[in-house]
Amino acid sequence: MTQPLSNSTVQDLDNLQVHHFDALVVGAGGAGMRASLALVEQGHKVAMVSKVFPTRSHTVAAQGGINAALGNVTPDNWQWHMYDTIKGSDYLGDQDAIEFMCQEAAEIVRELEHFGVPFSRLENGKIYQRAFGGQSQNYGGEQAYRTCAAADRTGHAILHSLYQQNIHAGTHIFEEFYVLDLLKNTNGDINGVLVMNIHDGQYQILQSTHILLATGGAGLIFRNNSNASINTGDGLGMVLRAGLPLQDMEFWQFHPTGVAGKGMLISEASRGEGGLLRNSEGEAFMTKYAPHVKDLASRDVVSRAIAIEVKEGRGCGENKDHVLLDLTHLDAETIKSRLPGIRDISMTFAGVDPIEAPMPIYPTCHYMMGGIPTDLTGQVITPNPQNPNAQTKVKGLFAIGECACVSVHGANRLGGNSLLDIVVFGRKAAITISEQLKQSKSKNQQASSAQLVLKPVLERIKRWQKTTHFNQPSSQEVSKQESAGLPDSVIQIKQDLQKIMEVGCGVFRDPEAMQQAIDQLKTIQTRLENVSITDHSLVFNQERLAAYELENLVAIAHATAHSALARTESRGAHTRMDFEERDDENWLKHTLYFAEHHQLHYKPVNLTPKTHASFEPKARVY
Amino acid sequence: MEFIISRYNPDTDTEPYDQTFKLDVSDIPPGMMLLDALHKIKEQDPSLAFRSSCQEGVCGSDGMNINGKNGLSCITPVASLSSPVTIKPLPGMPIIRDLIIEMDLFYQHYQEAEPFLQTEPLDLQHEHLQSPEDRAKLDGSYECILCGCCTTSCPSFWWNPDKFLGPAALLAAHRFVIDSRDIKTIDRLKELDDPMKTFRCRHIQNCTNACPKGLNPSRAIQALKNRIVENHD
Repeated sequence: MTQPLSNSTVQDLDNLQVHHFDALVVGAGGAGMRASLALVEQGHKVAMVSKVFPTRSHTVAAQGGINAALGNVTPDNWQWHMYDTIKGSDYLGDQDAIEFMCQEAAEIVRELEHFGVPFSRLENGKIYQRAFGGQSQNYGGEQAYRTCAAADRTGHAILHSLYQQNIHAGTHIFEEFYVLDLLKNTNGDINGVLVMNIHDGQYQILQSTHILLATGGAGLIFRNNSNASINTGDGLGMVLRAGLPLQDMEFWQFHPTGVAGKGMLISEASRGEGGLLRNSEGEAFMTKYAPHVKDLASRDVVSRAIAIEVKEGRGCGENKDHVLLDLTHLDAETIKSRLPGIRDISMTFAGVDPIEAPMPIYPTCHYMMGGIPTDLTGQVITPNPQNPNAQTKVKGLFAIGECACVSVHGANRLGGNSLLDIVVFGRKAAITISEQLKQSKSKNQQASSAQLVLKPVLERIKRWQKTTHFNQPSSQEVSKQESAGLPDSVIQIKQDLQKIMEVGCGVFRDPEAMQQAIDQLKTIQTRLENVSITDHSLVFNQERLAAYELENLVAIAHATAHSALARTESRGAHTRMDFEERDDENWLKHTLYFAEHHQLHYKPVNLTPKTHASFEPKARVY
Repeated sequence: MEFIISRYNPDTDTEPYDQTFKLDVSDIPPGMMLLDALHKIKEQDPSLAFRSSCQEGVCGSDGMNINGKNGLSCITPVASLSSPVTIKPLPGMPIIRDLIIEMDLFYQHYQEAEPFLQTEPLDLQHEHLQSPEDRAKLDGSYECILCGCCTTSCPSFWWNPDKFLGPAALLAAHRFVIDSRDIKTIDRLKELDDPMKTFRCRHIQNCTNACPKGLNPSRAIQALKNRIVENHD
């Protein structure tokens, strides 16, 4: 057992330890691990920092598969995949980025296979591919079988294989270290991060000229979500505090089939294997909403259909608040071999064996299409201060995976494209960083001697060390708990935040509800500034960790609500009650949100792929 | 309902002690998992520390000892437990705080099993082919989530934690021995041919009983031992 620590171990924040690396990777999900592997293989001194042990990262929960036009089951080529992805994005995805991702897909999936991923197999020994929503042959023709799968545990299989390859490569991993903030030097360049060792509560500085954010999503801003509790958007919070923008934060994917009332995901693979959605009348209602592809329409379309069925009184159960996902007509062996994971989840959380009875489901917040804006190499970009219509690269800062917005998903992501995104851009960003490092070494550039600016982050640390409330909030800002005589708490603020976002920015959005959310977020902000934590111990202090995370969640909620209210059209996952149509004339553009004064800027969507004619926006029918 | 939870904070405590928490029946909706109950208890006492992440039994963060049996709190229904519910950290490992254990040794043994595929080099234009039958052999091995419920329930591991690799690591070792794509089978078997690393397993089967994913490490270790012995000829 460890000896009890005395108070003398409280750290002197003016003399923090500094460690130097060629590159830092923040996050150890699929994106971070793919990138770290490439950087280590290139011989760089790399540290991967993660607030959880790598295989606890949320990539592990991805179920259905990863898209690549291997053509193992039906004829395929990557341009068809590209078309489907652009259409799925409701034309908000950048066509050059989508082109690059789809072009790389086949090679990157084979590479994963070489890394050991236990893909399911076809009779001829090739990788098994299944049908998924929004995937077609020949630019909108017959259903494509493009989604490469390891049963319905594809994320688990990929994440574990990438971790295993990182073991083989000898990657240096800071496990259970939390990154608080990016550090700039006095020249204004980002040049390191400040981390807290969760095990002992000690802070240190990791210094590097190249920092790659791979911190995943932030679904925890919504009450009902399919996300892991670690998905608090830490990288996004860091970027906002560094004065950089977030892109397209109004676009959140509600996955059609979460376990009703709970939110755990039931993979799209269940419909890919032939499952049908039914309402209280037993009707397979998707025929009304997507006559051609029915249950395999893209996710925004299916989620809206479910919400409409329930709203119009055809919901199931005592409260008529969900619909059913029916697999009972499928062969029991198919369910056992292709969908064992979702059978487990359904039996555990809904008490239903899908072989015998349909599963109760309702849309659940699943994926953040927006994020940190980057170019095709994963390098973070921001409007040029001299010319706000042009974008400029942020020196040394990269972002990949769900925390990034490159943008390959636009207004709505297709199932199977998220696992693809993380490995394609994970590898690309690592190669780019590696080239930059080699160039600066060959030019014999000295590391900048400019001092790191620590004041803002140290103030943040000290703010949570205080043991008492700062100011008493005004009477209207008193929370439910305080009016009951209890002090406000980090947990209570987080729960209230999640309810505000659920009401204000859910599947259907009306302007009054969004405005109300913005107003309520002001109160949340004030409460966050005033609340204190009760636990001030050093070892595994989860209340302090939750406080840091909450700061990120609140910042992201602001970004979402402001971006959503401003966009007066319906596109992809953003569905306005007052503007029901897509408006390409005014809104075929990306939102950029800055935390300062909640400012919004816009930039054009890329419509010019390198090797293919532009896909002009047209009506989206499934 | 009562929950007796083992507490330990090295800042203030010299050894672990039990603390009893109560939840009203109204706080326990039907279908509630133990993890949700722990979060409710955390609202009463934010200093209670336990790991969790995915909340659906795939990330392996929240292994703990529940009424004497190792399991994951997120897929253990409260209704399945008799009150009072006694919750302790996974046994046999150093405690960091409350229900959080130090897992370094567990991960180290996993790494010693060399759990990474080693194949003939192949260009990226091709997949390694694998028949559905060969792929099916990996079922029951690759699904491991590294939660540690098996290894920390194993008396052979309790006795020789530094030398015996334990069921999770050996399950991983077996997964690569039987993968038709791997070319290092003989080297792997030689490396595992050790009275402590592998043959310390006495097939007590606590591991199989504890596995929250329904895997059978004991059977995999038996198969692994057979392969090692066959390799002697």
